[in-house]
Amino acid sequence: MPASPWLAAAPIALITAVPVLVLLGHLLHPDQVIWQHLWRHVLPELLVNTAWLALGVGLGVSLLGVSLAWLTAACDYPGRRFFAWALLLPLALPAYVTAFVWLGLLDFTGPLATWLRESWGIHWLPPIRSRAGVILVMVLALYPYVYLTARAAFQGMGPRLTEAAQSLGVPRWRAFFRVALPMARPGITAGVMLALMETLADFGTVSVFNYNTFTTAIYKAWFSMFSLPAAAQLASILIFFVFVVAVLENLARSRRSYAASTRASQIPARIALRGGGALLAFAWSAGVFGLAFVVPVLQIADWAAGVYAQDFDARYLGFAWHSLLLSALGALIVVALALVLGYAQRLRPTPAMRLTARLATLGYALPGTVLAVGIFIPVAWLDNQLIAFFRLDGQVLSGTLLIMLLAYCARFLAVGFGPVESGLSRITRSVDEAAQSLGVVGRRRLTRIHLPMLRASLLTALALAFVDIMKELPITLMTRPFGWDTLAVRVFEMTSEGEWERAALPAAVIVLVGLLPTYWLIKHTEHAHT
Amino acid sequence: MRLIRTSLALLALSLTTAALAAEVVVYSARNEQLIKPLFDAYTKETGVTVKFVTDKEGPLMARLKAEGANTPADLFMTVDAGNLWQAAEEGLLQPVDSKSLQANIPAHLRDPGNEWFGLSVRARTIIYNPNKVKPGELSSYEDLADPKWKGRLCLRTSKKVYNQSLVAMMIKEYGEPKTEQIVRGWVANLATDPLPDDTKAMEAVAAGLCDVTLVNTYYFGRLMEKKPNLPLAIFWPNQNAKAPNAGVHVNVSGAGVTRHAKRRQEAIRLLEWLASDKAQNLYADVNLEYPVNPKVKPDPTVAAWGSFRQNLINVAEAGRLQTRAVMLMDRAGYK
Repeated sequence: MPASPWLAAAPIALITAVPVLVLLGHLLHPDQVIWQHLWRHVLPELLVNTAWLALGVGLGVSLLGVSLAWLTAACDYPGRRFFAWALLLPLALPAYVTAFVWLGLLDFTGPLATWLRESWGIHWLPPIRSRAGVILVMVLALYPYVYLTARAAFQGMGPRLTEAAQSLGVPRWRAFFRVALPMARPGITAGVMLALMETLADFGTVSVFNYNTFTTAIYKAWFSMFSLPAAAQLASILIFFVFVVAVLENLARSRRSYAASTRASQIPARIALRGGGALLAFAWSAGVFGLAFVVPVLQIADWAAGVYAQDFDARYLGFAWHSLLLSALGALIVVALALVLGYAQRLRPTPAMRLTARLATLGYALPGTVLAVGIFIPVAWLDNQLIAFFRLDGQVLSGTLLIMLLAYCARFLAVGFGPVESGLSRITRSVDEAAQSLGVVGRRRLTRIHLPMLRASLLTALALAFVDIMKELPITLMTRPFGWDTLAVRVFEMTSEGEWERAALPAAVIVLVGLLPTYWLIKHTEHAHT
Repeated sequence: MRLIRTSLALLALSLTTAALAAEVVVYSARNEQLIKPLFDAYTKETGVTVKFVTDKEGPLMARLKAEGANTPADLFMTVDAGNLWQAAEEGLLQPVDSKSLQANIPAHLRDPGNEWFGLSVRARTIIYNPNKVKPGELSSYEDLADPKWKGRLCLRTSKKVYNQSLVAMMIKEYGEPKTEQIVRGWVANLATDPLPDDTKAMEAVAAGLCDVTLVNTYYFGRLMEKKPNLPLAIFWPNQNAKAPNAGVHVNVSGAGVTRHAKRRQEAIRLLEWLASDKAQNLYADVNLEYPVNPKVKPDPTVAAWGSFRQNLINVAEAGRLQTRAVMLMDRAGYK
């Protein structure tokens, strides 16, 4: 840690702040005509739409994520070991691919509706292209964020709390609501915030459903009406909204403190479920896993098999390698920066520092393309300055891996910071004081005490960042060096002209490569305490 | 200080690709699978390497703009005249005075200022279900706003540029008030909310959810290759030469030389080659589009759809009026 936490936190925050400010700079030349049009004809609908979407997805991911996390972390039932890691897998699927698969299966032209019409004469299915449909698909795609962070929180509790509650005669289910849930709140909130930011930034999924949100309006203003100022105006409203929510959430959290069990040597006794309870737990886990992962993957595999002979070639090794390398490097850097930022906030928990940390994570709520352009403009500017100064005959920064990785940090710092922050919040002052009284201070305290206690959180952050970067598209497209195509880029090449069946092949490989870290993560957190 | 400067400059030099020899750099919003075979053929024929980056057209334009005079790109390639027009409008392209381009590309499919050139043609036309519609019932784009089509029309979302261009061309022909009436008529006739893409719209017609829709010809070709038995047929609207808005609405994919191209001559050579007789088939057929060069015959699949009269208004108008078209569609409630 440098002498002042600010020396560490400020540069990290700048990585995100610069692109955001570059965009907001366009507010200086407002585009009145377009803005008035948007205000009258577009904004009313999208405000309502975005609010419903955020509310629905927020509730949905909380319900699915927390219930499944509790079942796999604290209970025992048939299949628990498998579901513990399998329930993470939907993360590896790009959300818009899941959306397209479900739309294809459930829409009027899909197999189910056709079969009902032709065999039973039933002409009515609840419409999938509806608000409820978008929310459902998004929840299925995004609940793993909450599942993962809530699970880390439940695992970090240790057994004594629930034991204490039970010894006081509190029944088990009440102990969950009275003790476990409030204790896990920072972790759960971190996951819900991630899912909500992802929802607000999403363009692919809402496009598949033709559901108008802030993001679609931003794209429309910029790329259809050619008005960057209007797009920046919309983006600034979005950013402001997210920022306020993040700050409020942070205030609410900082007023309470959470203790964590520091006896990391004991495995909590699992609640063994029997009979009906076990059946319910199994059905719930299997149902979510089936809808969020098995069905989409079967459809993708079916499509991929159809185009395999025509499209699969030696280049796929290169695509997979690029995806792996970028995701691994990016995830490591994101988590390292998140850890530094988390520590800076811990050492200097002033309001200014908290605001800085919130600001640094805002990149996750911005639509990807908007952020990509926001990153590219200052990089190109810097390149132009260098070229002028040194009289070079080509760019130095653009199209280098360094810029690409920095851009990933601007987007995904939130993904690393959420788990790290909630992990740090559970290491109380008393831990530090105890360490100090034993003479364990400074670097030794970090390596001997903090890092082991943070292990689950760090692994969580790594896995999330890894999978997210692997699926990321706009920044990859904009900043990749010549010839550095990834699997996600292949998906884009196919879907942008509507060749979804051919996009299934790279999507299937993304899933295969994404399986590794999720499996590895859960295996390692299963026995990591706190 | 001077020493530091020199060594830094040397370092930077070693990092940049100084090889300006036989290569040309393309920024393309047309997909890799559609352009790579062409560029490979070009390299084989001329020995010139084509380096290319793909992305969506919006980000690519933002990129060109930010890079300014130092852009590595020599050629900008994209779909839709609206995007090409916008690139010219933003000052990202430069005029090219080329006899062969003017000879090979009809005047209404290239920029009047010679900054961009269409390379393939896609027609936006009517697709209908022959089990439910007789061709005699169909006539024009405007007619789909007639109440007789109530609950029988499917449309793709207004967010994609293809219907924006169609509406922009109608504004050029009829003015905004009348065009808005037509678009409102379309919306009133919709059988279901606008669909995410042309293929979904055609599948809805085949499934009987609606009877007619508007699509780009290559989507129709692609779907029929996969599922030849679908009850879908093609209709060429607005063929009455005496009526207003005569001719099928066409659009292009195309390219222009960037304003700050470092390899201007190479870029022009590649552009001329792409419009030439031998490359045109390769360029268009790979996506079941029409060659822009009238001397070149389309792919047999495409030729089988029959010939039609094109709307001869310059496609640049689609770009000029695009913003107004988008606003008009918003007002008309076309999502």
